[in-house]
Amino acid sequence: MGFKNVPMSTAKPSENKESLFDSKLRAEIDKWIAKYPQEWRQSAVMAALMLVQEGNGGYLTTELMDKVAAYLDMAPIAVYEVASFYSMFELKPVGKHKVCVCTNVSCMINGSDRIVEYLEKKLDVKLGQTSKDGKYSLKEVECLGACGGAPMFQIGNKYYENLTPELIDSILDGLE
Amino acid sequence: MANEVCFRNMDQDRPWLLEQYRSRGGYEVLTGILKEKRSPESIINEVKASGLRGRGGAGFPTGLKWSFISRNTPGQKYVVCNSDEGEPGTFKDRDVLRYNPHQLIEGMVIAGYAIGATCGYNYIRGEFWEPYERFEAALEEARAAGFLGKDLFGSGFDFELHSHLGAGAYICGEETALLESIEGKKGQPRYKPPFPAHFGLYGKPTIINNTESLASIPVILEKGGEWFKALGVENSGGSKLFSISGNIKNPGVFEIPLGTPFSELLEMAGGMKDGSRIKAVIPGGSSAPVIPGEQMMELTMDYDAIAKAGSMLGSGAVIVLDESNCMVKVLERMSYFYYEESCGQCTPCREGTGWLYRVINRIETGRGRPEDLALLDDMTTKIAGRTICALGDAAAMPVQGMLRHFREEFEYHIAHKRCLVG
Ligand SMILES: Cc1cc2nc3c(=O)[nH]c(=O)nc-3n(C[C@H](O)[C@H](O)[C@H](O)COP(=O)(O)O)c2cc1C
Ligand code: SF4
Ligand code: FES
Repeated sequence: MGFKNVPMSTAKPSENKESLFDSKLRAEIDKWIAKYPQEWRQSAVMAALMLVQEGNGGYLTTELMDKVAAYLDMAPIAVYEVASFYSMFELKPVGKHKVCVCTNVSCMINGSDRIVEYLEKKLDVKLGQTSKDGKYSLKEVECLGACGGAPMFQIGNKYYENLTPELIDSILDGLE
Repeated sequence: MANEVCFRNMDQDRPWLLEQYRSRGGYEVLTGILKEKRSPESIINEVKASGLRGRGGAGFPTGLKWSFISRNTPGQKYVVCNSDEGEPGTFKDRDVLRYNPHQLIEGMVIAGYAIGATCGYNYIRGEFWEPYERFEAALEEARAAGFLGKDLFGSGFDFELHSHLGAGAYICGEETALLESIEGKKGQPRYKPPFPAHFGLYGKPTIINNTESLASIPVILEKGGEWFKALGVENSGGSKLFSISGNIKNPGVFEIPLGTPFSELLEMAGGMKDGSRIKAVIPGGSSAPVIPGEQMMELTMDYDAIAKAGSMLGSGAVIVLDESNCMVKVLERMSYFYYEESCGQCTPCREGTGWLYRVINRIETGRGRPEDLALLDDMTTKIAGRTICALGDAAAMPVQGMLRHFREEFEYHIAHKRCLVG
């Protein structure tokens, strides 16, 4: 058949993996590695990048991606490809709170334009940007699979649905 | 007749707990199979008899898909669940994960037994943190109670199940992109053939099914394929989860028998909001061509009825639009989505989705040209059917549907540089 499927691993596994991350982070990444066949350490790349990103204030640097590559015996380019493909990875600094507003159809016809406008004014930041004090980033996202609660946004791991200006005030005022 | 399958436990107070699931006979189908050493063929035949069609969008018969695996080839095989749920308008699998995770786990273990796989993955979209945590907690409970692990109930059958978290990419809902993603790569769809049944995850035979499809399995085997089939109508066996949203009073997820009139579903969802009038319905997620409201009010919710009306049931995501909506704006937003989410491998899709968006955007912003509608017609035929995966078709179909039913709104926009509505 001529189809092959092998990990895009480096010729030589990197040594001193312990020096790459602290023991807590290594334990977390190792939990993911253990889910996959032994030769497929790279299956843990998305989880590892997510953990590393969280530990770095919400974004990835080349240095961090290189470390993930070394830890998983991957070529650095393969890690950059993954980090730039998926929308939840950030390659530039972001605000402390990333407000991800869905503007897809169900949210749009339920007033997501007004939600975006309200947020832009309240946070003094444009869609796709980070506020001057570094506290908020405002990001437009595609359907988050919560259209029954339109309009909605996500901050951190949490969904907030059926948004109104009053509700937005109380949510944002509750954030540190 | 509602809430018989995936939502059968929705009246419980914390239905996601093992103890509550078991109080309704949960995991008894699985333990029965293991104790009797039921033959895998008879399980697959029961699923075939149920008429269950894949709930992820394509509607492929589940039992038939399982029978493509040659059980006796040595080596690892996999069961993969698709909880990527990214089709705009769809939000049902989130509720299966949040409220009925054990039924999904039981369904996946049974699927593993039926095809001879000892390992499974559930690919959950990265944004679904709460559903992921629920599913993880259920996995722990199931493991502790002996429903996952080695030599289950002394049967000699092993099954381990893990979740894999996505990181934001609609295309990873496409089954082969999803497999690439689990393998730690960009989510770019593979050429088919070979199909996953022969060359799937890590190159091994794999079945991949939607969350709702797999969660339906325990009930089908408990009550019988014929029972399930009889819930629905010809060619559309069973009941199905419908995510209904838009300009309606009580949006949400409803389990109803296939073949239920759309008007009843709309009523369950509280009807139109603020006395507004129905203009159009997108019956199966944003990739499904739009159907005008009056026509939709006469249709039933099953695969054949919606196909006959020129659209598709898809994932059962029903978006209801009222008369205040400008169809040019709605289509512009949908086209932007496909442009944004194209993985970029095939030229017709990568370039075509951008063209579609830019042309619709110029019509929406009052810069449309008289020849633009013919241009759009032409472009859709040059994208659909000429790409590696179905995202190309998914981008073309909504454009074709809108131009078929609401062409005059587009013409008005081009001629008058403003909306026909509002
Ligand atoms: C662009 C694209 C996106 C898709 N997204 C999903 C999805 O989010 N969830 C899903 O179950 N199937 C999705 N599918 C369909 C899958 O490729 C596949 O048909 C399905 O998971 C098979 O399971 P089923 O037979 O149980 O439906 C998508 C297909 C395409 C082409
Ligand atoms: S059709 Fe589009 S999304 Fe699918 S493989 Fe081709 S470029 Fe990628
Ligand atoms: S359209 Fe906003 S969550 Fe689906």
